[in-house]
Amino acid sequence: MSVSQLFADPYLLRVVLRALAVGALVSLCAAMLGVTLVLRRFSMIGDGLSHVGFGAMALGTLLGLTGSYAMEFTLPAVALAAFLLLRLGDSGRLKGEAAVAVLSSAAMALGVLFYSLSGGMTADACNTLFGSASVLTLSNQDAWLSLGLSVAVLLLFACFYHRIFAVTFDPAYARATGLAGGAHQLLLALLTAVTVVVGMKMMGAVMISALILFPALIAMRLCASFRATVLAAAVAAEGCFLVGFALAVAAGLPTGPTVVTVELLVFLAASVKRRA
Amino acid sequence: MTLLTSNNLTLQYDGRPVVEHLSFAVEAGDCLCVVGENGSGKSTLLRCILGQKKPDGGSLTFGDGLTRSQIGYLPQQHPAQKDFPATVEEIVRTGLLGRRAFSPRYSKEEKAAAARAMQAMELAGLEKAPFPTLSGGQQQRVLLARALTAARRMLVLDEPAAGLDPVVTAELYRAIERQNRAGMTVLMVSHDIPSALSMASRILHLANGDYFFGRPAEYAASPLGRRFTGEAAI
Repeated sequence: MSVSQLFADPYLLRVVLRALAVGALVSLCAAMLGVTLVLRRFSMIGDGLSHVGFGAMALGTLLGLTGSYAMEFTLPAVALAAFLLLRLGDSGRLKGEAAVAVLSSAAMALGVLFYSLSGGMTADACNTLFGSASVLTLSNQDAWLSLGLSVAVLLLFACFYHRIFAVTFDPAYARATGLAGGAHQLLLALLTAVTVVVGMKMMGAVMISALILFPALIAMRLCASFRATVLAAAVAAEGCFLVGFALAVAAGLPTGPTVVTVELLVFLAASVKRRA
Repeated sequence: MTLLTSNNLTLQYDGRPVVEHLSFAVEAGDCLCVVGENGSGKSTLLRCILGQKKPDGGSLTFGDGLTRSQIGYLPQQHPAQKDFPATVEEIVRTGLLGRRAFSPRYSKEEKAAAARAMQAMELAGLEKAPFPTLSGGQQQRVLLARALTAARRMLVLDEPAAGLDPVVTAELYRAIERQNRAGMTVLMVSHDIPSALSMASRILHLANGDYFFGRPAEYAASPLGRRFTGEAAI
Protein backbone atom coordinates (compact mmCIF):
# COMPACT_ATOMS: atom_id res chain seq x y z
CA MET A 1 0.00 0.00 0.00
CA SER A 2 1.73 3.18 -1.10
CA VAL A 3 0.76 6.62 0.08
CA SER A 4 -0.54 7.70 -3.36
CA GLN A 5 -2.66 4.54 -3.53
CA LEU A 6 -4.01 5.36 -0.09
CA PHE A 7 -5.34 8.76 -1.07
CA ALA A 8 -6.71 7.43 -4.33
CA ASP A 9 -8.91 4.87 -2.62
CA PRO A 10 -11.62 6.29 -0.31
CA TYR A 11 -12.32 2.90 1.28
CA LEU A 12 -8.65 2.37 2.12
CA LEU A 13 -8.36 5.91 3.42
CA ARG A 14 -11.32 5.38 5.73
CA VAL A 15 -9.85 2.18 7.10
CA VAL A 16 -6.48 3.81 7.74
CA LEU A 17 -8.04 6.84 9.42
CA ARG A 18 -10.12 4.53 11.63
CA ALA A 19 -6.97 2.67 12.65
CA LEU A 20 -5.23 5.99 13.30
CA ALA A 21 -8.05 7.12 15.59
CA VAL A 22 -8.19 3.81 17.48
CA GLY A 23 -4.43 3.76 17.91
CA ALA A 24 -4.18 7.37 19.05
CA LEU A 25 -6.98 6.93 21.62
CA VAL A 26 -5.67 3.62 22.95
CA SER A 27 -2.14 5.06 23.19
CA LEU A 28 -3.44 7.96 25.26
CA CYS A 29 -5.32 5.68 27.68
CA ALA A 30 -2.44 3.25 27.95
CA ALA A 31 -0.03 6.09 28.75
CA MET A 32 -2.20 7.64 31.46
CA LEU A 33 -3.02 4.33 33.13
CA GLY A 34 0.62 3.36 32.62
CA VAL A 35 1.86 6.21 34.82
CA THR A 36 -0.03 4.88 37.84
CA LEU A 37 0.77 1.24 37.04
CA VAL A 38 4.52 1.82 36.58
CA LEU A 39 4.81 4.02 39.67
CA ARG A 40 2.96 1.48 41.79
CA ARG A 41 5.38 -1.21 40.61
CA PHE A 42 2.72 -2.99 38.54
CA SER A 43 4.71 -2.69 35.30
CA MET A 44 4.33 -6.32 34.36
CA ILE A 45 0.56 -6.27 34.60
CA GLY A 46 0.07 -5.03 31.04
CA ASP A 47 2.28 -7.85 29.82
CA GLY A 48 0.50 -10.46 31.94
CA LEU A 49 -2.90 -9.26 30.80
CA SER A 50 -2.00 -9.36 27.13
CA HIS A 51 -0.96 -12.99 27.52
CA VAL A 52 -4.27 -13.73 29.21
CA GLY A 53 -5.86 -11.95 26.26
CA PHE A 54 -4.01 -14.25 23.87
CA GLY A 55 -5.14 -17.32 25.83
CA ALA A 56 -8.75 -16.12 25.85
CA MET A 57 -8.67 -15.32 22.11
CA ALA A 58 -7.35 -18.82 21.46
CA LEU A 59 -10.07 -20.41 23.58
CA GLY A 60 -12.61 -18.28 21.73
CA THR A 61 -11.30 -19.55 18.40
CA LEU A 62 -11.46 -23.14 19.65
CA LEU A 63 -15.08 -22.60 20.70
CA GLY A 64 -15.85 -21.14 17.28
CA LEU A 65 -16.33 -17.57 18.46
CA THR A 66 -15.17 -15.12 15.84
CA GLY A 67 -15.43 -11.43 15.08
CA SER A 68 -17.17 -9.37 17.73
CA TYR A 69 -17.98 -12.45 19.84
CA ALA A 70 -14.27 -13.01 20.40
CA MET A 71 -14.04 -9.56 21.95
CA GLU A 72 -17.04 -10.14 24.21
CA PHE A 73 -15.36 -13.30 25.46
CA THR A 74 -11.83 -11.90 25.82
CA LEU A 75 -12.75 -8.67 27.59
CA PRO A 76 -14.32 -10.18 30.74
CA ALA A 77 -11.52 -12.76 30.99
CA VAL A 78 -8.85 -10.06 30.91
CA ALA A 79 -10.79 -7.80 33.28
CA LEU A 80 -11.05 -10.62 35.81
CA ALA A 81 -7.32 -11.32 35.53
CA ALA A 82 -6.54 -7.62 35.99
CA PHE A 83 -8.62 -7.37 39.13
CA LEU A 84 -7.06 -10.50 40.64
CA LEU A 85 -3.53 -9.31 39.85
CA LEU A 86 -4.06 -5.88 41.40
CA ARG A 87 -5.52 -7.51 44.50
CA LEU A 88 -2.58 -9.91 44.76
CA GLY A 89 -0.08 -7.10 44.43
CA ASP A 90 -1.61 -5.37 47.44
CA SER A 91 -2.21 -8.29 49.74
CA GLY A 92 1.45 -9.28 49.58
CA ARG A 93 0.82 -12.94 50.29
CA LEU A 94 1.92 -14.16 46.91
CA LYS A 95 4.47 -11.79 45.44
CA GLY A 96 2.79 -9.85 42.64
CA GLU A 97 5.58 -10.32 40.13
CA ALA A 98 5.62 -14.11 40.57
CA ALA A 99 1.85 -14.16 40.13
CA VAL A 100 2.10 -12.19 36.89
CA ALA A 101 4.89 -14.38 35.53
CA VAL A 102 2.97 -17.57 36.31
CA LEU A 103 -0.21 -16.21 34.77
CA SER A 104 1.64 -14.99 31.66
CA SER A 105 3.34 -18.21 30.78
CA ALA A 106 0.38 -20.40 31.72
CA ALA A 107 -2.02 -18.34 29.57
CA MET A 108 0.49 -18.40 26.70
CA ALA A 109 0.88 -22.19 26.92
CA LEU A 110 -2.88 -22.75 27.02
CA GLY A 111 -3.35 -20.29 24.17
CA VAL A 112 -0.92 -22.13 21.90
CA LEU A 113 -2.55 -25.45 22.84
CA PHE A 114 -6.03 -24.12 22.05
CA TYR A 115 -4.86 -22.79 18.69
CA SER A 116 -3.23 -26.08 17.74
CA LEU A 117 -6.36 -28.01 18.79
CA SER A 118 -8.45 -25.75 16.57
CA GLY A 119 -6.33 -26.46 13.50
CA GLY A 120 -2.83 -25.26 14.09
CA MET A 121 -1.12 -21.90 14.44
CA THR A 122 -2.86 -19.97 11.71
CA ALA A 123 -2.42 -16.41 10.52
CA ASP A 124 -5.12 -15.62 13.07
CA ALA A 125 -2.85 -16.76 15.91
CA CYS A 126 0.02 -14.81 14.44
CA ASN A 127 -2.07 -11.64 14.30
CA THR A 128 -3.13 -12.07 17.92
CA LEU A 129 0.49 -12.42 18.97
CA PHE A 130 2.26 -9.83 16.87
CA GLY A 131 -0.53 -7.51 15.78
CA SER A 132 -2.05 -7.15 12.37
CA ALA A 133 0.47 -6.68 9.60
CA SER A 134 -2.09 -4.41 7.99
CA VAL A 135 -4.55 -2.23 9.85
CA LEU A 136 -7.50 -3.57 7.88
CA THR A 137 -8.66 -5.90 10.64
CA LEU A 138 -9.84 -3.13 12.96
CA SER A 139 -13.62 -2.88 13.04
CA ASN A 140 -16.09 -0.11 13.82
CA GLN A 141 -16.73 -1.91 17.10
CA ASP A 142 -13.06 -1.39 18.00
CA ALA A 143 -13.35 2.27 17.13
CA TRP A 144 -16.40 2.81 19.36
CA LEU A 145 -14.88 0.79 22.17
CA SER A 146 -11.67 2.81 22.09
CA LEU A 147 -13.61 6.07 21.98
CA GLY A 148 -15.69 5.03 25.00
CA LEU A 149 -12.57 3.90 26.80
CA SER A 150 -10.78 7.19 26.21
CA VAL A 151 -13.74 9.20 27.46
CA ALA A 152 -13.83 7.03 30.60
CA VAL A 153 -10.09 7.36 31.27
CA LEU A 154 -10.03 11.11 30.65
CA LEU A 155 -13.10 11.65 32.85
CA LEU A 156 -11.52 9.56 35.57
CA PHE A 157 -8.35 11.65 35.51
CA ALA A 158 -10.27 14.92 35.28
CA CYS A 159 -12.51 14.14 38.27
CA PHE A 160 -10.21 12.15 40.51
CA TYR A 161 -6.77 13.44 39.56
CA HIS A 162 -5.71 14.27 43.13
CA ARG A 163 -7.01 10.99 44.48
CA ILE A 164 -5.25 9.03 41.75
CA PHE A 165 -2.04 10.81 42.70
CA ALA A 166 -2.57 10.15 46.43
CA VAL A 167 -3.19 6.43 45.84
CA THR A 168 -0.29 6.06 43.43
CA PHE A 169 2.15 7.83 45.73
CA ASP A 170 1.11 6.10 48.93
CA PRO A 171 -1.42 3.24 48.75
CA ALA A 172 -1.14 2.59 52.51
CA TYR A 173 -2.01 6.20 53.33
CA ALA A 174 -4.85 6.26 50.83
CA ARG A 175 -6.38 3.09 52.26
CA ALA A 176 -6.02 4.25 55.86
CA THR A 177 -7.65 7.60 55.16
CA GLY A 178 -10.44 6.09 53.08
CA LEU A 179 -9.35 7.77 49.83
CA ALA A 180 -9.31 4.53 47.86
CA GLY A 181 -11.33 1.42 48.36
CA GLY A 182 -12.11 -1.63 46.28
CA ALA A 183 -14.09 0.43 43.77
CA HIS A 184 -10.98 2.34 42.73
CA GLN A 185 -9.05 -0.89 42.25
CA LEU A 186 -11.87 -2.41 40.22
CA LEU A 187 -12.11 0.65 37.98
CA LEU A 188 -8.36 0.70 37.35
CA ALA A 189 -8.42 -3.04 36.55
CA LEU A 190 -11.36 -2.67 34.19
CA LEU A 191 -9.89 0.26 32.26
CA THR A 192 -6.50 -1.46 31.99
CA ALA A 193 -8.20 -4.60 30.69
CA VAL A 194 -10.15 -2.69 28.00
CA THR A 195 -6.97 -0.86 26.95
CA VAL A 196 -5.07 -4.12 26.62
CA VAL A 197 -7.81 -5.93 24.70
CA VAL A 198 -8.47 -3.09 22.23
CA GLY A 199 -4.77 -2.29 21.83
CA MET A 200 -3.86 -5.94 21.34
CA LYS A 201 -5.52 -6.06 17.93
CA MET A 202 -3.24 -3.41 16.55
CA MET A 203 -0.08 -3.90 18.60
CA GLY A 204 -0.20 -7.65 19.18
CA ALA A 205 -0.29 -9.45 22.51
CA VAL A 206 3.46 -9.40 22.97
CA MET A 207 3.85 -5.64 22.29
CA ILE A 208 0.81 -3.94 23.84
CA SER A 209 2.57 -3.57 27.21
CA ALA A 210 5.05 -1.23 25.49
CA LEU A 211 2.21 1.29 25.08
CA ILE A 212 1.67 1.15 28.83
CA LEU A 213 5.31 1.23 29.91
CA PHE A 214 7.30 3.43 27.53
CA PRO A 215 5.39 6.73 27.81
CA ALA A 216 5.49 6.56 31.63
CA LEU A 217 9.20 5.68 31.65
CA ILE A 218 10.01 8.45 29.15
CA ALA A 219 8.05 10.99 31.23
CA MET A 220 9.64 9.88 34.51
CA ARG A 221 13.07 10.57 33.01
CA LEU A 222 12.15 14.13 32.10
CA CYS A 223 9.76 15.36 34.82
CA ALA A 224 9.98 16.20 38.48
CA SER A 225 6.31 16.59 39.37
CA PHE A 226 3.45 14.13 39.03
CA ARG A 227 1.33 16.54 36.99
CA ALA A 228 4.14 17.04 34.47
CA THR A 229 4.75 13.27 34.36
CA VAL A 230 1.12 12.52 33.45
CA LEU A 231 1.01 15.24 30.79
CA ALA A 232 4.41 14.30 29.33
CA ALA A 233 3.42 10.64 29.18
CA ALA A 234 0.29 11.56 27.20
CA VAL A 235 2.27 13.78 24.82
CA ALA A 236 5.02 11.18 24.39
CA ALA A 237 2.48 8.45 23.69
CA GLU A 238 0.66 10.49 21.04
CA GLY A 239 3.87 11.69 19.42
CA CYS A 240 5.43 8.24 19.24
CA PHE A 241 2.23 6.67 17.96
CA LEU A 242 1.68 9.23 15.20
CA VAL A 243 5.30 9.03 14.01
CA GLY A 244 5.32 5.23 14.20
CA PHE A 245 1.97 4.90 12.45
CA ALA A 246 2.99 7.28 9.65
CA LEU A 247 6.27 5.41 9.13
CA ALA A 248 4.45 2.07 9.12
CA VAL A 249 1.89 3.21 6.52
CA ALA A 250 4.46 4.96 4.33
CA ALA A 251 7.01 2.15 4.38
CA GLY A 252 4.55 -0.75 4.50
CA LEU A 253 5.85 -1.91 7.90
CA PRO A 254 3.76 -3.61 10.61
CA THR A 255 2.26 -0.94 12.91
CA GLY A 256 2.96 -2.45 16.36
CA PRO A 257 6.69 -3.03 16.02
CA THR A 258 7.21 0.34 14.30
CA VAL A 259 5.48 2.26 17.10
CA VAL A 260 7.38 0.32 19.78
CA THR A 261 10.69 1.01 18.02
CA VAL A 262 9.95 4.74 17.94
CA GLU A 263 9.10 4.61 21.66
CA LEU A 264 12.32 2.76 22.38
CA LEU A 265 14.37 5.42 20.57
CA VAL A 266 12.65 8.26 22.44
CA PHE A 267 13.15 6.41 25.71
CA LEU A 268 16.88 6.02 25.01
CA ALA A 269 17.16 9.70 24.08
CA ALA A 270 15.35 10.69 27.29
CA SER A 271 17.68 8.48 29.35
CA VAL A 272 20.73 10.07 27.77
CA LYS A 273 19.30 13.54 28.40
CA ARG A 274 18.79 12.80 32.08
CA ARG A 275 22.39 11.61 32.46
CA ALA A 276 23.71 14.70 30.71
CA MET B 1 -12.07 15.67 76.94
CA THR B 2 -11.52 12.06 75.94
CA LEU B 3 -10.89 11.60 72.21
CA LEU B 4 -10.29 7.86 72.14
CA THR B 5 -11.36 5.12 74.55
CA SER B 6 -10.28 1.51 74.37
CA ASN B 7 -12.40 -0.69 76.61
CA ASN B 8 -11.37 -4.29 77.23
CA LEU B 9 -10.20 -4.42 73.59
CA THR B 10 -9.08 -7.70 72.02
CA LEU B 11 -7.45 -7.78 68.59
CA GLN B 12 -6.40 -10.82 66.58
CA TYR B 13 -3.77 -11.13 63.90
CA ASP B 14 -3.93 -14.24 61.68
CA GLY B 15 -6.43 -15.78 64.10
CA ARG B 16 -4.10 -15.34 67.08
CA PRO B 17 -4.88 -12.72 69.74
CA VAL B 18 -2.09 -10.11 69.88
CA VAL B 19 -3.86 -7.59 72.09
CA GLU B 20 -6.10 -8.79 74.93
CA HIS B 21 -8.31 -6.93 77.42
CA LEU B 22 -6.66 -3.61 76.63
CA SER B 23 -8.10 -0.51 78.23
CA PHE B 24 -6.68 2.98 77.80
CA ALA B 25 -7.84 6.47 76.91
CA VAL B 26 -6.42 9.39 74.94
CA GLU B 27 -7.30 12.86 76.23
CA ALA B 28 -7.23 15.98 74.07
CA GLY B 29 -3.68 17.38 74.08
CA ASP B 30 -2.07 14.08 75.07
CA CYS B 31 1.05 12.70 73.49
CA LEU B 32 0.61 8.94 73.73
CA CYS B 33 3.59 6.80 72.74
CA VAL B 34 2.83 3.17 71.94
CA VAL B 35 5.91 1.02 72.43
CA GLY B 36 6.56 -2.71 72.36
CA GLU B 37 8.48 -5.35 70.47
CA ASN B 38 7.76 -6.40 66.90
CA GLY B 39 4.66 -8.55 66.78
CA SER B 40 3.27 -7.13 70.02
CA GLY B 41 0.24 -5.72 68.19
CA LYS B 42 1.22 -2.06 67.73
CA SER B 43 0.39 -2.05 64.01
CA THR B 44 -2.79 -4.05 64.54
CA LEU B 45 -3.91 -1.48 67.14
CA LEU B 46 -3.16 1.33 64.67
CA ARG B 47 -5.21 -0.38 61.97
CA CYS B 48 -8.09 -0.65 64.41
CA ILE B 49 -7.85 3.06 65.30
CA LEU B 50 -7.83 3.93 61.58
CA GLY B 51 -10.92 1.83 61.00
CA GLN B 52 -9.24 -0.80 58.83
CA LYS B 53 -9.90 -3.54 61.34
CA LYS B 54 -12.81 -4.28 63.65
CA PRO B 55 -12.26 -5.19 67.32
CA ASP B 56 -12.35 -8.95 67.96
CA GLY B 57 -13.65 -8.19 71.46
CA GLY B 58 -14.33 -5.15 73.61
CA SER B 59 -14.57 -1.75 71.98
CA LEU B 60 -12.60 1.19 70.66
CA THR B 61 -14.59 4.41 70.44
CA PHE B 62 -14.01 8.03 69.52
CA GLY B 63 -15.20 10.73 71.90
CA ASP B 64 -15.99 14.44 71.84
CA GLY B 65 -17.20 14.32 68.24
CA LEU B 66 -13.85 13.13 66.83
CA THR B 67 -14.15 11.57 63.36
CA ARG B 68 -11.64 9.66 61.26
CA SER B 69 -11.36 12.50 58.77
CA GLN B 70 -10.01 14.73 61.55
CA ILE B 71 -7.06 12.39 62.10
CA GLY B 72 -3.79 12.93 60.23
CA TYR B 73 -1.91 9.72 59.56
CA LEU B 74 1.76 9.11 58.87
CA PRO B 75 2.30 5.55 57.62
CA GLN B 76 5.68 3.88 57.38
CA GLN B 77 7.54 4.90 54.24
CA HIS B 78 7.03 2.85 51.11
CA PRO B 79 10.25 1.93 49.20
CA ALA B 80 8.69 2.88 45.82
CA GLN B 81 8.42 6.50 47.02
CA LYS B 82 12.18 7.02 46.89
CA ASP B 83 12.19 7.77 43.15
CA PHE B 84 8.61 8.98 42.72
CA PRO B 85 8.26 12.04 40.46
CA ALA B 86 6.29 14.42 42.67
CA THR B 87 6.93 17.77 44.28
CA VAL B 88 6.73 18.53 48.00
CA GLU B 89 3.64 20.67 47.45
CA GLU B 90 1.81 17.99 45.46
CA ILE B 91 2.35 15.45 48.23
CA VAL B 92 1.46 17.72 51.15
CA ARG B 93 -1.79 18.82 49.47
CA THR B 94 -3.07 15.23 49.28
CA GLY B 95 -3.60 15.61 53.03
CA LEU B 96 -6.57 17.81 52.10
CA LEU B 97 -8.42 15.04 50.27
CA GLY B 98 -9.88 13.31 53.32
CA ARG B 99 -11.99 16.39 54.00
CA ARG B 100 -14.21 16.16 50.93
CA ALA B 101 -15.83 13.68 48.63
CA PHE B 102 -15.34 15.18 45.19
CA SER B 103 -12.27 17.19 44.42
CA PRO B 104 -11.26 18.38 40.98
CA ARG B 105 -9.45 21.45 42.37
CA TYR B 106 -8.01 22.75 45.63
CA SER B 107 -9.40 26.06 46.89
CA LYS B 108 -7.29 29.02 48.02
CA GLU B 109 -8.01 28.29 51.70
CA GLU B 110 -7.00 24.69 51.24
CA LYS B 111 -3.73 25.64 49.58
CA ALA B 112 -3.08 28.02 52.47
CA ALA B 113 -3.68 25.22 54.99
CA ALA B 114 -1.15 23.04 53.19
CA ALA B 115 1.31 25.94 53.09
CA ARG B 116 0.97 26.40 56.89
CA ALA B 117 1.75 22.71 57.42
CA MET B 118 4.85 23.03 55.23
CA GLN B 119 5.90 26.10 57.20
CA ALA B 120 5.44 24.22 60.47
CA MET B 121 7.64 21.40 59.17
CA GLU B 122 10.31 23.88 58.02
CA LEU B 123 9.77 23.08 54.36
CA ALA B 124 9.30 26.68 53.21
CA GLY B 125 11.29 27.21 50.01
CA LEU B 126 11.12 23.52 49.12
CA GLU B 127 7.52 23.58 47.79
CA LYS B 128 8.54 22.85 44.20
CA ALA B 129 11.44 20.52 45.08
CA PRO B 130 11.15 16.98 43.68
CA PHE B 131 10.60 14.46 46.48
CA PRO B 132 13.45 12.08 45.43
CA THR B 133 16.04 14.86 45.71
CA LEU B 134 15.30 15.40 49.44
CA SER B 135 17.21 13.84 52.33
CA GLY B 136 15.56 11.10 54.40
CA GLY B 137 14.74 13.55 57.19
CA GLN B 138 13.23 16.07 54.77
CA GLN B 139 11.15 13.34 53.09
CA GLN B 140 9.78 12.31 56.48
CA ARG B 141 8.93 15.95 57.27
CA VAL B 142 7.03 16.15 53.95
CA LEU B 143 4.94 13.12 54.91
CA LEU B 144 4.46 14.62 58.36
CA ALA B 145 3.29 17.87 56.76
CA ARG B 146 0.75 15.85 54.73
CA ALA B 147 -0.51 14.26 57.97
CA LEU B 148 -0.62 17.68 59.61
CA THR B 149 -2.64 19.07 56.69
CA ALA B 150 -5.21 16.31 57.24
CA ALA B 151 -5.11 16.51 61.05
CA ARG B 152 -7.51 18.85 62.67
CA ARG B 153 -7.48 17.19 66.09
CA MET B 154 -5.17 14.20 66.15
CA LEU B 155 -1.95 12.95 64.57
CA VAL B 156 -1.36 9.21 64.30
CA LEU B 157 2.28 8.44 63.54
CA ASP B 158 3.67 4.99 62.72
CA GLU B 159 7.40 4.82 63.48
CA PRO B 160 8.09 8.38 62.28
CA ALA B 161 11.85 8.07 62.84
CA ALA B 162 12.40 4.66 61.20
CA GLY B 163 15.66 4.64 59.25
CA LEU B 164 16.75 8.17 60.25
CA ASP B 165 20.06 9.08 61.91
CA PRO B 166 20.04 10.35 65.53
CA VAL B 167 20.43 14.06 64.71
CA VAL B 168 17.60 14.03 62.16
CA THR B 169 15.48 11.90 64.51
CA ALA B 170 15.89 14.48 67.30
CA GLU B 171 14.84 17.28 64.91
CA LEU B 172 11.78 15.31 63.81
CA TYR B 173 10.73 14.63 67.41
CA ARG B 174 11.13 18.33 68.22
CA ALA B 175 8.82 19.19 65.32
CA ILE B 176 6.24 16.68 66.62
CA GLU B 177 6.60 18.05 70.18
CA ARG B 178 5.98 21.59 68.92
CA GLN B 179 2.71 20.45 67.32
CA ASN B 180 1.73 18.70 70.54
CA ARG B 181 2.43 21.81 72.61
CA ALA B 182 0.35 23.86 70.19
CA GLY B 183 -2.60 21.65 71.13
CA MET B 184 -2.48 18.75 68.67
CA THR B 185 -3.17 15.35 70.19
CA VAL B 186 -0.47 12.89 69.15
CA LEU B 187 -0.57 9.09 69.09
CA MET B 188 2.79 7.70 68.05
CA VAL B 189 4.08 4.17 67.60
CA SER B 190 7.80 3.99 68.28
CA HIS B 191 10.69 1.66 68.97
CA ASP B 192 12.66 4.41 70.60
CA ILE B 193 11.81 4.15 74.31
CA PRO B 194 14.14 6.90 75.65
CA SER B 195 12.72 9.50 73.24
CA ALA B 196 9.20 8.29 73.93
CA LEU B 197 9.74 8.75 77.66
CA SER B 198 11.04 12.28 77.19
CA MET B 199 8.17 13.57 75.03
CA ALA B 200 5.13 11.44 75.95
CA SER B 201 2.47 12.41 78.43
CA ARG B 202 1.27 8.78 78.43
CA ILE B 203 2.98 5.51 77.58
CA LEU B 204 1.22 2.42 76.30
CA HIS B 205 3.51 -0.58 76.30
CA LEU B 206 2.18 -3.72 74.58
CA ALA B 207 3.88 -6.98 75.51
CA ASN B 208 2.23 -10.16 74.25
CA GLY B 209 -1.11 -10.02 75.98
CA ASP B 210 0.25 -8.01 78.89
CA TYR B 211 0.40 -4.21 78.82
CA PHE B 212 1.23 -1.06 80.72
CA PHE B 213 -0.64 2.22 80.40
CA GLY B 214 0.24 5.30 82.43
CA ARG B 215 2.51 8.28 82.86
CA PRO B 216 6.20 8.06 81.89
CA ALA B 217 7.33 8.33 85.53
CA GLU B 218 5.05 5.42 86.54
CA TYR B 219 6.28 3.46 83.53
CA ALA B 220 9.93 3.82 84.52
CA ALA B 221 9.07 2.37 87.94
CA SER B 222 6.86 -0.49 86.63
CA PRO B 223 8.21 -4.03 86.12
CA LEU B 224 7.69 -3.81 82.31
CA GLY B 225 9.25 -0.35 82.18
CA ARG B 226 12.24 -1.32 84.34
CA ARG B 227 12.97 -4.24 82.08
CA PHE B 228 12.75 -2.19 78.88
CA THR B 229 14.35 1.07 79.99
CA GLY B 230 17.14 -1.07 81.51
CA GLU B 231 17.67 -2.76 78.17
CA ALA B 232 17.52 0.53 76.32
CA ALA B 233 20.23 2.03 78.54
CA ILE B 234 22.76 -0.70 77.70
